[in-house]
Amino acid sequence: MLRRLLGAALVLWGAATVAFAAQVALPGDRATIIFNIRAGQPIERTPEELAAINAQYGFQLPVLQQYLDYLSGLVRGDLGNSYQQFRPVTAIIGEQLGATLVLTASAIALAWLLTVLWVTATAGRGRRTSGFGAAVDTVSAGLPHYWLGVVLLLVFALELRWVPVISDGSATGLLLPALTLAVPLAGFMGQATRTEFERSLAQPFVLTARMRGMSDLGVRVRHVLRHSALPAVTLSGWALGATISGAVVVETVFTRAGIGRVLVTAVNNQDLPIVTGVVVLVAALYVVANLLVDAAHVLIDPRLAKGTTS
Amino acid sequence: MSTVLTDAAPGAPRPARTGRPGGRTRRPRPWSVYLATGTALFFLVAVAAPGVLDTTDPLALNLSQALQAPGPGHWFGTDEAGRDLWSRVVHGARPSLAIGAGASAVSLSLAVVLGSLAALGGRVVGPAVDRLVEVLFSFPSLLLALLLVALLGPSALTQAVAVGVGTAPGYARMVRGQVLSARGSAYVEAAVALGHSPARILRRHVLPNALRPLVAIMALSIGQSIVWASSLSFLGLGVAPPSSEWGALLEAGRPYVAHAWWLTVVPGLVIVALALAATTLGNHLQSLLERRES
Repeated sequence: MLRRLLGAALVLWGAATVAFAAQVALPGDRATIIFNIRAGQPIERTPEELAAINAQYGFQLPVLQQYLDYLSGLVRGDLGNSYQQFRPVTAIIGEQLGATLVLTASAIALAWLLTVLWVTATAGRGRRTSGFGAAVDTVSAGLPHYWLGVVLLLVFALELRWVPVISDGSATGLLLPALTLAVPLAGFMGQATRTEFERSLAQPFVLTARMRGMSDLGVRVRHVLRHSALPAVTLSGWALGATISGAVVVETVFTRAGIGRVLVTAVNNQDLPIVTGVVVLVAALYVVANLLVDAAHVLIDPRLAKGTTS
Repeated sequence: MSTVLTDAAPGAPRPARTGRPGGRTRRPRPWSVYLATGTALFFLVAVAAPGVLDTTDPLALNLSQALQAPGPGHWFGTDEAGRDLWSRVVHGARPSLAIGAGASAVSLSLAVVLGSLAALGGRVVGPAVDRLVEVLFSFPSLLLALLLVALLGPSALTQAVAVGVGTAPGYARMVRGQVLSARGSAYVEAAVALGHSPARILRRHVLPNALRPLVAIMALSIGQSIVWASSLSFLGLGVAPPSSEWGALLEAGRPYVAHAWWLTVVPGLVIVALALAATTLGNHLQSLLERRES
């Protein structure tokens, strides 16, 4: 467990280093860029004006000093200051993070629900049904978020008018964006789970359970599902990151507030501290999620605990 | 939509048919492979000679025909300036596939270099590259791509590089695994026992065997790259709208979604068709290669 934590810390440090390197690598003089971003057009600046900005952001310091400052800032939970808005990045992200986390959490929950229902219903039921189930998995895994989002929007919001067109804070407004993220994710998880599910169905313990007189549904839900859930659990750590990056697109489709919108605006404006701030944050979430996934593995399959060094 | 998952995907072994005398050694190709091949051929024609498939000039304005729904005159409808969407989609194949292929080339080259270094780099370089890949992998592909777009500014070239770098870590892991398993195989052991030099073993045995699956992965990766690249365009961070690149078509059609659904649904459907065709062909190739090996 200690080794895992150390590995996680190393990845985080690496992510922070990449983020810092990206800020330094921004082509051109950063003080000039900041002025241009704020003015919205390139204007010649006097050295005094540039010096003030340099002092404010610490650009005149040696790069190594800046790097150490950045790292120590991260440890204190400071992601630097936005180039465009005169505010700390943490404040800007903090305002929008909640909406995105609600969206991703409901999307992952919805994806689990869809996967469990679909795989339990179709896996290992003869060639035709299983084949159809697998084909649906493949197709839904390949659906781009922007397209699925637009189609759902057209059908359910514009045509049927069941839900609002613009996703506000309400629960009905959350439904379509969450579904847009959940369907491709469920496709991936279905692909990972289906093979395992069919393998588990052929195991001796399934036969034993059937001999005890358990119904087919009971066997699937009580025994097989637990065995085949592992690959999908493994995916969940990755899914969190993928869902957040999917949220970038989905928030644009449904004009929904969140860090995705913040990120797109920041990329457009070359507001690097916000971009790297979001990226580091998502990397951190990914690392934490994977630690949790490792822990969940042992809970689901206690046999794995023997293999780990604790 | 991750790259690492593609290997966990379909290609899963179907339960073998039993009860047939002699058994079947060759499975017939599934119909989806024919469909995918047909789709791929269509797009190749659109890339090579768009003039064969288009019905009018893709940029010809015709305001009297603006926002026409799909019908006999305009198979895919028209946009707000009366441009024919079918012709635009056909002409969009070239920029879209060029960006996709470019991204895929960037991605796989990076993956081969990083993956081989991680597997063969010895005690110092190997783990270091391993860590680097792990760090890059902790950034979701789209976010890594967005970071590069922020640095380089939006353009077609940036799009290809950004998507390529964004998807590389997943493939690098895959290559690493392939190289490791080739290195640990019996034929490499035999070559070592025969006293062949490490360079020769690497060139003749390890790399060819480790990189063979890349042919299949290439098909998968082009499909994925096109989806990611069009996502960037859709966000307004790729090729700018006068271009007929499919993502740019989507972005241009987005304001009209309530009045002219075809402007977003149709180009999206085209991308989905191409991505599915690429995935199907890639998986098919992969299973062919696996069967030959076993």
